[in-house]
Amino acid sequence: MKNGISVFIAAFIALGASWCGFVLAPALQLGTAKQTAVLNSGDTYPVQRTGDATLGLQVYRANGCAACHTEQIQQTGIAFEVVLTGAGKNPDAVSNLISTLKLTGLTKEEADSANDKITAVGGKVETHLIPTGADISRGWGVRRSVAADYLYDSPVQLGSLRAGPDLADAGTRLNNASWHLLHLYAPQSVVKNSAMPPFRFLFETRKIGDAPSPDALNLPSEFAPPAGYEVVPKPEAKQLVAYLLSLHADVPLYEAPYTPVQISTNAPAK
Amino acid sequence: MNDLSQQKIDASCRVPLLALFGGAALWLVVGLLLAVIASLTFHKPDMFADCPVLSYGHAQPAANDAILYGFCIPAALGVMLWIFARLSQTELVLPLVPIVAANIWHLGVFIGIVAILIGDSTGFAWLEFPRGSSVLLFAAFLLVAISAVATFGQRKERELYPSHWFLLAALLWFPWIYATANLLIVSGHPVRGVTQAVIGWWFANNLIFVWLSLVGLGTAFYFLPKLAGRPLQSSYFALFAFWTLILFGTWCGIPQGAPVPAWLPALSTVASSLLIVPLIAIAVIVVKTVCGADVHCKGGPFCYIKFGSAAFLLSGLMLIASACPHFSRIVQFTWFGPAQEQLQILGFFAIIICGAVYELLPRIMDFELPFPKFVRFQHWCFMLGIVLLAGSLAIGGIEQGLKNYDLATTLPFLRASTTGLLFLLLGSLLFAANIFVMTLKWKLALIKSVIAAVTAPLEVSEVKP
Repeated sequence: MKNGISVFIAAFIALGASWCGFVLAPALQLGTAKQTAVLNSGDTYPVQRTGDATLGLQVYRANGCAACHTEQIQQTGIAFEVVLTGAGKNPDAVSNLISTLKLTGLTKEEADSANDKITAVGGKVETHLIPTGADISRGWGVRRSVAADYLYDSPVQLGSLRAGPDLADAGTRLNNASWHLLHLYAPQSVVKNSAMPPFRFLFETRKIGDAPSPDALNLPSEFAPPAGYEVVPKPEAKQLVAYLLSLHADVPLYEAPYTPVQISTNAPAK
Repeated sequence: MNDLSQQKIDASCRVPLLALFGGAALWLVVGLLLAVIASLTFHKPDMFADCPVLSYGHAQPAANDAILYGFCIPAALGVMLWIFARLSQTELVLPLVPIVAANIWHLGVFIGIVAILIGDSTGFAWLEFPRGSSVLLFAAFLLVAISAVATFGQRKERELYPSHWFLLAALLWFPWIYATANLLIVSGHPVRGVTQAVIGWWFANNLIFVWLSLVGLGTAFYFLPKLAGRPLQSSYFALFAFWTLILFGTWCGIPQGAPVPAWLPALSTVASSLLIVPLIAIAVIVVKTVCGADVHCKGGPFCYIKFGSAAFLLSGLMLIASACPHFSRIVQFTWFGPAQEQLQILGFFAIIICGAVYELLPRIMDFELPFPKFVRFQHWCFMLGIVLLAGSLAIGGIEQGLKNYDLATTLPFLRASTTGLLFLLLGSLLFAANIFVMTLKWKLALIKSVIAAVTAPLEVSEVKP
């Protein structure tokens, strides 16, 4: 290259191309995204977080929680599962057939063929879609995270490091506000050997007044304040917990389908 | 070119470069100190439980930004100005502008670091500085770029050197990516949803990988032939490396499995694997230029730049590895990513810039370094520190991925990384000592000459009629 202009043109072409690809194109593709429909349901997703939870996201941002926690569940694939919903008129034949078949961890073709065989002897079956992957088998979520999960968040706190567990579905997995408050104040009081730093600065230790505060933490003795004192969460702690409880990525979507487990209908008789 | 005008060129850079380097040396110490503070959390989690300012989530991003924005970029801008003046064989044009810019830049970094520590970070990796400080940084960069381009325009020799391509591209790169990222995700009306994350990744990759590579390699390709006493082997390879680096490098950075449309990570994976092409070209250039040169580095700037080039190749290979579909399943979300970033920032870039500063500082000041032995000592501190830091984080990251993100298995590695940071901190103190004592000596000499001029007796001949 002979002169400065040609260098600038080279750099302009290279960077301009990636700018179009990774800035302009995603903005066009996702910038006007709206709520999407939940599969097999009339609901739309996501819903706006509550006021406290929206403020809690700012507490999450200010304290750099994303330095150690991700909010994105990974999925490596999907498997099919054939579930019997009714034995039909010939229960013995169905049960004999089922004992010879593999019904979980199937591909689509295997699931269809098992489905056909059981239907042929009169059984009624449902085919369930089960996401697979380390995160899902660990119980961190039920399906992979998709763009729709973050529609109303700003800043989007995806995170890139898992010094602690993933939080994309924390509100479903850990749905107890007092547990979260205890965990923030003294992580080791609820998770033994936790390496999470305590966030005591989100709480206030104060003298008990006329009556103990209803908000006061019920701490195990080794973490409790001295007698006559109580630990109460500051508004920031309450907002942060509201945000953590609002983290749900647990509805089936077109781009991340799965069959929700229905606890009530299919439980075996006792 | 005679020595006198060479001296004049160097002297024209003196004040602007001191303004840039002085603040940079301070930020390197502050950044590494914050990094040590952050890593203390791995030894004793409740250390800063009552002190939000120094808690991990505040200190860690502040440390990263202090090192990158506080040290790497301003120090590199100083080196860049000197290289432009030297290659153009002309005195620095508009020397006042970079002096003003250096002060604006360091003020911006100061505001940004304080904001992160008090919880005013924006929450985007490498873009944590709030709006006000980003505006200052952007303006300061443009001011330095004006002086650099004006100096470039005054060049006597019209032919361009390989360093010119890399450094000129970097001058365009930073304002573009920094303005885009700040306008679209930090401004009052950010884009919605995961587009924020995509732009954040695009920016981080273009800054940490592409920009640092452009400037670091541009500097290395200037100093390596100079110190080895033989021409760059060869310009054609360098041209090829330049084109492939900017064409492929700029598309990396979107992690696999990210919750975004699948074509984005797919494109990034392809680009990352193609990065092997510029890496091979750069390896060939460095090896052919360095080997066969009859120069012993003895812990001097030549050593710094050789080590930095090797670290660049390794960090590039780590980047490619973490984009490989199979390997990325293991190392995603582990300390392997930070290990690669630290190797790129400290192992490659910071060490090359430190070597360059040690080489050019005695020339622009026109006197020797106050502590020449520190140069060799710092080289050892940095090498040990980087091997301990990046090595333990990388191995710890793989271990963490294999053990399902169980932090207990990683903690010993994280604790080892603190040792690496301490070595780096020691090295940065030596660097700061050299720069500050040098500045002090120069200021004292300046004051002395002023006093001498004021108190000098009037010549008798002027009094008499």
